[in-house]
Order: sequence, then C-alpha cells, then structure tokens
Amino acid sequence: MNLSGNFPIEFYDALVIGAGGAGMRCALKLTEEGHKIAMVSKVFPTRSHTVAAQGGINAALGNVTPDKWQWHMYDTIKGSDYLGDQDAIEFMCQEAAEIVRELEHFGVPFSRLENGKIYQRAFGGQSQNYGEEQAYRTCAAADRTGHAILHSLYQQNIRLGTTIYDEYYALDLLKTPKGEIGGILVMNIHDGAYKILQSPHTLLATGGAGQVFRNNTNASINTGDGLGMVLRAGLPLQDMEFWQFHPTGVAGKGMLISEAVRGEGGKLRNALGDAFMEKYAPKVKDLASRDVVSRAIAIEVKEGRGCGPDKDYVLLDISHIPEEVITERLPGIRDISQTFLGIDPVKEPIHVFPTCHYMMGGIPTNIQGQVVSPDDSGEQKVVPGLYAIGECACVSVHGANRLGGNSLLDIVVFGRKAALTISETLKLQGSNQNGIDLNLHTIRQRLQRWQKRNEVSADTSVQIDSVIQIKKSLQQIMDTGCGVFRDQQTMQQAFHDLQEIQVRLDNVCLTDFNDVFNLERLAGLELENLVAIAFATVASALARTESRGAHSRVDYTERDDQAWLKHTLYFQEEHRLEYKAVNLQPKHHATFEPKPRVY
Amino acid sequence: MQFIISRYNPQIDKDPYNQTFELDNTLLSADNMLLDALHLLREQDPSLAYRSSCQEGVCGSDGMNVNGRNRLSCITPLSDLPQKVIIKPMPGLPIIKDLIIDMDLFYQQYKDVEPFLQSEPLDLQHEHLQSPEERAKLDGSYECILCGCCSTSCPSFWWNPDQFAGPAALLAASRFVIDSRDIQTIDRLKDLDSPTQTFRCRHIQNCTDSCPKGLNPSRAIQELKSTMVKEI
Repeated sequence: MNLSGNFPIEFYDALVIGAGGAGMRCALKLTEEGHKIAMVSKVFPTRSHTVAAQGGINAALGNVTPDKWQWHMYDTIKGSDYLGDQDAIEFMCQEAAEIVRELEHFGVPFSRLENGKIYQRAFGGQSQNYGEEQAYRTCAAADRTGHAILHSLYQQNIRLGTTIYDEYYALDLLKTPKGEIGGILVMNIHDGAYKILQSPHTLLATGGAGQVFRNNTNASINTGDGLGMVLRAGLPLQDMEFWQFHPTGVAGKGMLISEAVRGEGGKLRNALGDAFMEKYAPKVKDLASRDVVSRAIAIEVKEGRGCGPDKDYVLLDISHIPEEVITERLPGIRDISQTFLGIDPVKEPIHVFPTCHYMMGGIPTNIQGQVVSPDDSGEQKVVPGLYAIGECACVSVHGANRLGGNSLLDIVVFGRKAALTISETLKLQGSNQNGIDLNLHTIRQRLQRWQKRNEVSADTSVQIDSVIQIKKSLQQIMDTGCGVFRDQQTMQQAFHDLQEIQVRLDNVCLTDFNDVFNLERLAGLELENLVAIAFATVASALARTESRGAHSRVDYTERDDQAWLKHTLYFQEEHRLEYKAVNLQPKHHATFEPKPRVY
Repeated sequence: MQFIISRYNPQIDKDPYNQTFELDNTLLSADNMLLDALHLLREQDPSLAYRSSCQEGVCGSDGMNVNGRNRLSCITPLSDLPQKVIIKPMPGLPIIKDLIIDMDLFYQQYKDVEPFLQSEPLDLQHEHLQSPEERAKLDGSYECILCGCCSTSCPSFWWNPDQFAGPAALLAASRFVIDSRDIQTIDRLKDLDSPTQTFRCRHIQNCTDSCPKGLNPSRAIQELKSTMVKEI
C-alpha cells in the first residue's frame, strides 16, 4: 500500500456517502435532476441497515382514523420531550403524506386495507386531536417496511442508472485551502486502493452508531463513520447524550422486536403476569413513548419482577392475537422469535429487554440538509460543501426521544430535501473543481498510523491487544456507564475508562497487512469513529443535569426547561461543549409550549 | 467444534486451501449461531474474511456453503450442525478472499430483469389502489434479500451465469409480473421468454431448498412459464 504517492482523483457534481434509505432517496433525486453523482457505500446498498426497520413509516394519510399533519407534529414534539426543533418537525410532518405516496409509486409493497389503500397501524406516542384517542398513522408493509422501502429505492436507482461505489469505505472529509469541504477519501475494500472523490457537495448519510453499545439492535456496520469524520474535521456533534433504548429487543441478544407487536395488540407482562404498563402509562399503556416503556421494563426488572432464572427480562405476549393476524401482519417477528429464542409467539410470549436502537443526536444540520456549526460569535453558520441526512444527522426532528415510525420518514423527507438543495446550488453555480488542491496531510497521518507493526515479543504469555478486544471493552463501558438509567458517578467512571480505551486504541497494532478485504484494518478505522462517538456521548450526558426523553438520570430526575431546553454541541478538541437554542417557531402553526409529558 | 474453512488470499495463494480451526465447546453456548463461531475464529485469526452485517437474516450479506448447503451464517444454529463443519464460499462465482465471492454477475442478472415498478403515471395526491388479495400475491417474492444462496446453488446458473438469469432474478421478475400496479406485464414476459433465460430452469429445486427466507423461487419460475404460455 503506497501512502506517499498521489491518489487518483475523480470529479463529481455531488457525493452521497451511504446507501441506506436516506442516501438512496437523495441519490435518486440528484440522478433524476441530471447531475453527475457518485453514491459510496461500504456494503452493497440492500445490506444497509434501513433493511432491518420493521414497523412502518408515519404519515397522516388518515386511511384508518381521521388524521392531520398538525396532530402528527404535536405527537412528535411531545415525543421529543420538547427538544425537537419545531420548524423541522413541522416540515417533516407536512411532507409525510406526499412522500409516502411517492414511495408507494416507487413500488413499495405496502400492506393494504379492504378499500385498497395503504394499511396503517397504531404505534406508540401517536394520537388524534393533540393527545386524545390513539391514531393509526404508521404505514406498513407487514413488519418488513424498511426492507420494502430500501429494496424499492435501490430498484429505482437501478432504473435511473445511479453510479454506485459499493464496498468502498469513506475515510475522511477533505478540505480545500479555504477550509471548505471539497470531497472525500475512499478506500476500495476489494483491493485496499485509495481514491479521492472531489466535489463541491459532499453529503453524509452514513447512518447510526449503535455499535458503541454491547446490547443493540444495530448491524455491525453501524459504526458512525460520518460522525467520526465530522469530529475529525473540527465540527461539532449535537445532542449525543440522547440514545434510544428500544423497549423490546430479544432478551440477551438484542434483535429488534418491532413496536408493531404492541401496535397490533401485544402486551408486556412481568413475572407475576401483570400487564405492568397500566401502572406507568394509565391512558395509552403499552403504546406509550419508547423511553417511557424502556424505563418501565428496566424498573420492573430492577425491582425483582423480571422473568427467567436470572429475572432479567419481561414477556411480550401476543398469544391472544389470532394466528392469521400474526401471519399477515407480523411474519418477520414470528420468524425472529422462532430463530433466536426457539419460541413461537402464537403459543408463548417473547422474552424482551431494552436494547440500544437509535441515535437521536448527530451532525447538526438545518432543514435544507446543510451542516451548520457555530462561528466565533456563536451564530450558526452553514459549513460550505457539507450536508448530512438520516440517522447520522440531527435536524433535529427527534429531540430527546424519537417516535416509532418517524425514522423511515426522516430519511426520505430529508433525503429528497437535501437533494433539492444541492441541485439548486449546482444549477446556479456549476461544479468546477479543477485546480483546487485538497489537503491530504491529516488523512495520510491517520493511514500511516495503521501501518504500525508490533515488536515481536518472545514472551508469549503477554496478551497482545487487538481491535476486537478494544471494541468489546468499549461496548461494556458504555452499557454500564451510559445505559437506560444514568448518574454522575457511573458516567464519570465511564469517561475515565474511555481515556484508557483511547490509549489502547492509540497503541494497538494490526496483524494483517494485506490489501484485499482487510477487515481488520476496516474494523480499526471504524473503532476510531466509535471511540470518538462514545466520548461525545458521555461528555454530553455528564453535563446535562436533568432528565429529558431518553436521557434519564437518577440524580436529576426532573426535566429542567429553565436550564436545559437547549441543544448540546460537542467538539472533539478538549471535549468542549457549547449549546444552542431549540427552535420553537414553526412557520404554519402556533408554537407548542413545553408542558409536562404524560401518556 | 471443528471448522474446516476454505481460505484464499489472492496476494499470497495460487489456489484456495482448507484450514482447520478448533473452537473449545466451552466458548460456545447452546443458542449460538454459526456467525458467533466465525466471530470467535476471527479473534484467533483476524485475517479470516467473510461478509456480515445485520446478524439477523435480513441484510443477506453472509451467505456461505456450510456442509454442502448454502446458508446464512447468522441464522444457522450451531446446534443444527455436526461437530465438524466444512465451510466454503458459495459456489459458481469468483472468489475474492476466503468466503467472500464476487457477486457482480448475480447483481447484473437482477438488474437485467428491470426489477422496478412500471405503472400508470399518477400524481402524488393519490395512491395506486391495490386490494389485499392482489397484495397477498406478492408475499413470497418481495421478501427476497439478494443473498445469492439460491442462484449459487443452481447448476443452470453455474453453467451460464452470463446468460441464465438465475432463480433470484427470476423471482424478482415474477414479483413485478404479478404486481397489479405494474403495466409492463406482457413486455416483461416477452423479455424473459428465451431458452437461456427462464427456460434454462429445470426445476431441480436447489433454489427453494437453499433459500434461508423460506421462499420458493422454483414455483415462481414455474408460474412465470405458465403465464408466458398463456399470455404470449
């Protein structure tokens, strides 16, 4: 591998990094507008983690119960524990109906109602008329909605012939001499060769980073690569203390058991057989917001009412639902339960426990998908050339807690929107990048670091550290220190332990120096991103001395709007924190003033 | 348990060879999947190459040939396997490294059947209507995860991967032929009506036998053939 020579360069109008639902929706629009773009993905597009989304996508179609986007907006703001930006949430909910119909036109095989319209199911935290009756808003393709959407978007990209670099790994953003983002360095995983993709518009759609936790629903590819790149470029991450623990992961393993199970009538029960959600959310019970249900399960287990020999999980019971409904609406869940627990949920309840699922925080952006960062006077300024969408971004439409069914919506709404932003700019300014040299100094150093080899030691009893071992330690630290419940002491310990992880990461050497599918090197590069994200999480969480949404502190149990109705911005350098205001000014609707959140 | 794994690094090896790994049974638990074992083996040898991602059988990354049968390692329980497990890359496509194959031909066959909905133009204020019965016809085909287990176990595909579409692509083709929203049914059928495309399938059922999602490409191809006979 030659790190000193020149890397080949290719020029594009725009780059889309990531080929999940967000990246593919964006690439589709850009290709349709006639721009020369490249979409880069470290896996073949249909392997992206959107494929694992189950329950559905929210839109106020009103196919089952009366609905309005304004009600969806209210539910999303309440669900976010008032940390979501109301202008962004308003935009997303307004776009929802049209963008879901567009997906249907793209071929998504949505389940259907008797009248031939898209099937919609009940999901947590959704109501009619600003908090009254349960709304049926989540459009579903059985319990495989993410798979159906991702494959349809890939198929549409085939139709238009989008240029896709699959199994290419994006390493770092490259800056122009003026400090603007001018492209990205990628590595072909097949042969280890590096290449510069240069463009005036680089969009990150790299997805989540659930791999920082040991118990998670996420794919092993979810290592927050875009977030690591942004931090290394000196830009901030927003609201990284907010991680969603999904109430119903397969106990001890983590695979997702969709909220759709409760939407179709499933009940959570403890070891005594009690349907305990009645106690925690008397009105909506099992369909409370995810943070509320996760805490309820954690409390039941902590207070000794868990099930099994170690009393460490609760039961999700659907045995009262007719088998034909399960076969039609929840076939994937039945499959997962049978495969991983040996349990047929038609007969026996599923063993579940909260597991890390979704990152509400991410790369701060505006509604147009442009990345923003504060200037010296604290004013939020657009970062020229850089965009972010989907789970890696923080617009923020999810605030402190995301509603089920809103992540698939987020990715397509802002995927399309960011593409329009880029397209309009391209039509005005063109994309000539000739003669602009990108700075490669930092990335060369980073790559050089992974060339380091271990001194061969004669003493075989010395355990040599490895990327895999460091990742395991990291995940353990985050599970213990920054889980469903948090306090000063455990997080302080986690922060301390992370510093040791950083030292290990700085010193670890690879054992494999081949170039073809070198997955150890890839894991090392990914680990750098995970460790950076773990620091962002713990530093942001330690500072926030309140409980809000998914950030639940035993030492500060109340929400404190006076002090903390604001977004956190974390910078890697010295783990510095800044804050910015929450947007409370939607364009077409009156402000939803923060009030106590009861379900 | 013993794992005999086909290894190949194009920078070093002329040909693939088998390497035997041992895993102490105490490291394994009763509910482990094959992928868990592979992860443990990778701790012994970080250069061991296989694809994997979702770890729950929906992304389709980790198809491999296990004791002679194509399977996804993440949903193959170790308890289903004997103490000696022989793992090879899925057959019929070029090997890139160890268990990782070059799937470009497989993807090209998929792209060639135009696997995207072609419907009446409709404004964004309306949904195409589709009855639950019409929608139910798509069950069993839209769930394909493109893992390649079927096509790489098909002798017709082994012989002519550049000509025969293979079961995965034909399943995708049939998914659009039967979708009530699609209006290109006849053109799709005509495009598929050739001795090397659809009719190279001899229904030996390897595809259906190996599908980790329990789909039945062989039956879908049979139905495609009878629709062709009736419609064109």
